[in-house]
Amino acid sequence: MSGLTPDLLAMQAFTGLALGAVYVLLATGMSLIFGMLTVVNFAHGAFYMLGAYLGLAVLGLTGNFWLALLLAPLAVAALGMLAERTLIRRLYGRGIDYPLLLTFGLAYIIVELVRIVFGTQDLPFDTPDALTGAADIGIGFFPLYRLFVIGVTALVLLALWLFLERTPYGLIVRVGARDPEIVRILGIDIARVWLVVFGIGTGIAGLAGLLAAPLQGASPEMGNSILAEAFVVTVVGGMGSLLGAVAAGLLVGVVVSLTALVAPEMAQVAIFALMAVVLLLRPQGFFGRAGLMS
Amino acid sequence: MLRIAGLHAWYGDSHVLQGIDLDVRAGEIVCLIGRNGAGKTTTLRSIMGLLRRTQGSVVFDGGELLTRPAHHRFARGLGYVPEERRIVPGLTVRENLRIGLLASPARRREAAAMARIAAIFPRLVERLGQVAVTMSGGEQQMLAIARAMISEPKMILLDEPSEGIMPVLVDEMFDLFRRMKRLGTTILLVEQNVELALGIADRAYILDQGRIVHHATAAALLADAAVQERYCSV
Ligand SMILES: Nc1ncnc2c1ncn2[C@@H]1O[C@H](COP(=O)(O)OP(=O)(O)OP(=O)(O)O)[C@@H](O)[C@H]1O
Ligand SMILES: [Mg+2]
Repeated sequence: MSGLTPDLLAMQAFTGLALGAVYVLLATGMSLIFGMLTVVNFAHGAFYMLGAYLGLAVLGLTGNFWLALLLAPLAVAALGMLAERTLIRRLYGRGIDYPLLLTFGLAYIIVELVRIVFGTQDLPFDTPDALTGAADIGIGFFPLYRLFVIGVTALVLLALWLFLERTPYGLIVRVGARDPEIVRILGIDIARVWLVVFGIGTGIAGLAGLLAAPLQGASPEMGNSILAEAFVVTVVGGMGSLLGAVAAGLLVGVVVSLTALVAPEMAQVAIFALMAVVLLLRPQGFFGRAGLMS
Repeated sequence: MLRIAGLHAWYGDSHVLQGIDLDVRAGEIVCLIGRNGAGKTTTLRSIMGLLRRTQGSVVFDGGELLTRPAHHRFARGLGYVPEERRIVPGLTVRENLRIGLLASPARRREAAAMARIAAIFPRLVERLGQVAVTMSGGEQQMLAIARAMISEPKMILLDEPSEGIMPVLVDEMFDLFRRMKRLGTTILLVEQNVELALGIADRAYILDQGRIVHHATAAALLADAAVQERYCSV
């Protein structure tokens, strides 16, 4: 263990933040959707993967990364809204397991469609020129693109927070998550709110997939493993809690990253060990409301 | 203003409302009374479109409501204060009031709407920044009524507003209903507190086991001890 200098640990922890940022984006969307619709969205990983592929498609057509960054999440949000309106909506009020099974199946269909359209092999996703290279962050040189991922995530979270806490629409969402009926009594079409929230959640998943693609390429299965990890993050943070999603996402990212340094084969195990410990000590997660799943 | 004809309602297979006919004219306070479980809340929830299965006709201000989605009633000018009040936890008094404006054109004139509410509900003004669920039950009930009134509905449905509230506050609340009536709001009031309710009402309907069993002016009913004894004693 002689190679483990404080600087190396700090660098690795920082790398963990970039990984954590992707978790945070995924878990934020999952948590938002669960908190509002009581839907555990098992297609969230598939929407994440779609973000990467639709990004590739835009990149292939225009060669412009920034355009892909804008359009791919919007397109994923539109597809998410289509799924909510045509499929998931029919199952509201029937218990938590119906939409869970539906989205589980939907994920398989999306993955299969992507395999048919884009092929089964991994596709490379080039880091945009402006974001290649590394920047000195005091403790060493850090890849510019990872900094960019952290920065975009911070911006998205800030925008989401401002939307929820500072706008009338955000107030509707917050109230609707707690008492959909009073929202309807007071004249608001709650079905439209659900639609928009599902779109925001899946759009953010698409953004996460697009951001992750230059780090690892795109593959039809990229959403499968990260879905499990994002689910852990959501549970550890507390189902339905956005603050929890952020705290747990960053924590899990750092834990994975540091475990990978000392025992790479244990990195995945560490995630689930962390979940087990947190749930034993605090069954509702960091910021979850007790009894939400009962 | 509100005309209900042949209204039926079900919870699953249980047939709770079995043909309700009820009229409320503009400017009236009409009282709906009956024992626990008679179907008073179910009647109000059916009017508001909150039940899965209903049948019949509910015409409000010239338009049929029963076929429309629940949120449609607010824009037509029909307000509702549910039995459980439904103050949103975690939000302040001001935010709870603001929710009552979100779907209203008056949203852009929030300050004016708040000032108007402050004049009617002086107790709430001092509490605007307080987390609403930390207030007393009576204050929360006032807030629930204020939230329904802030958009200036033509008519309001009130479900047992005096339930579990100190007598002093109940008197204040019934004074408020009189003032609301003077300001032109039509009221359909569900109450267990029969004498107080008949004291401010124009007419009353008595509901028993999902049917209207009696209908009279409030004054006639107040004088009719036999009917009161038969349908209203708990
Ligand atoms: N959610 C529900 N599911 C099944 N049955 C219900 C439900 N709510 C009410 N009921 C039944 O419907 C009938 C009418 O209930 P309702 O709540 O309308 O009565 P109420 O007159 O408002 O009584 P209270 O004075 O106790 O408020 C009762 O027999 C009640 O048990
Ligand atoms: Mg009732």
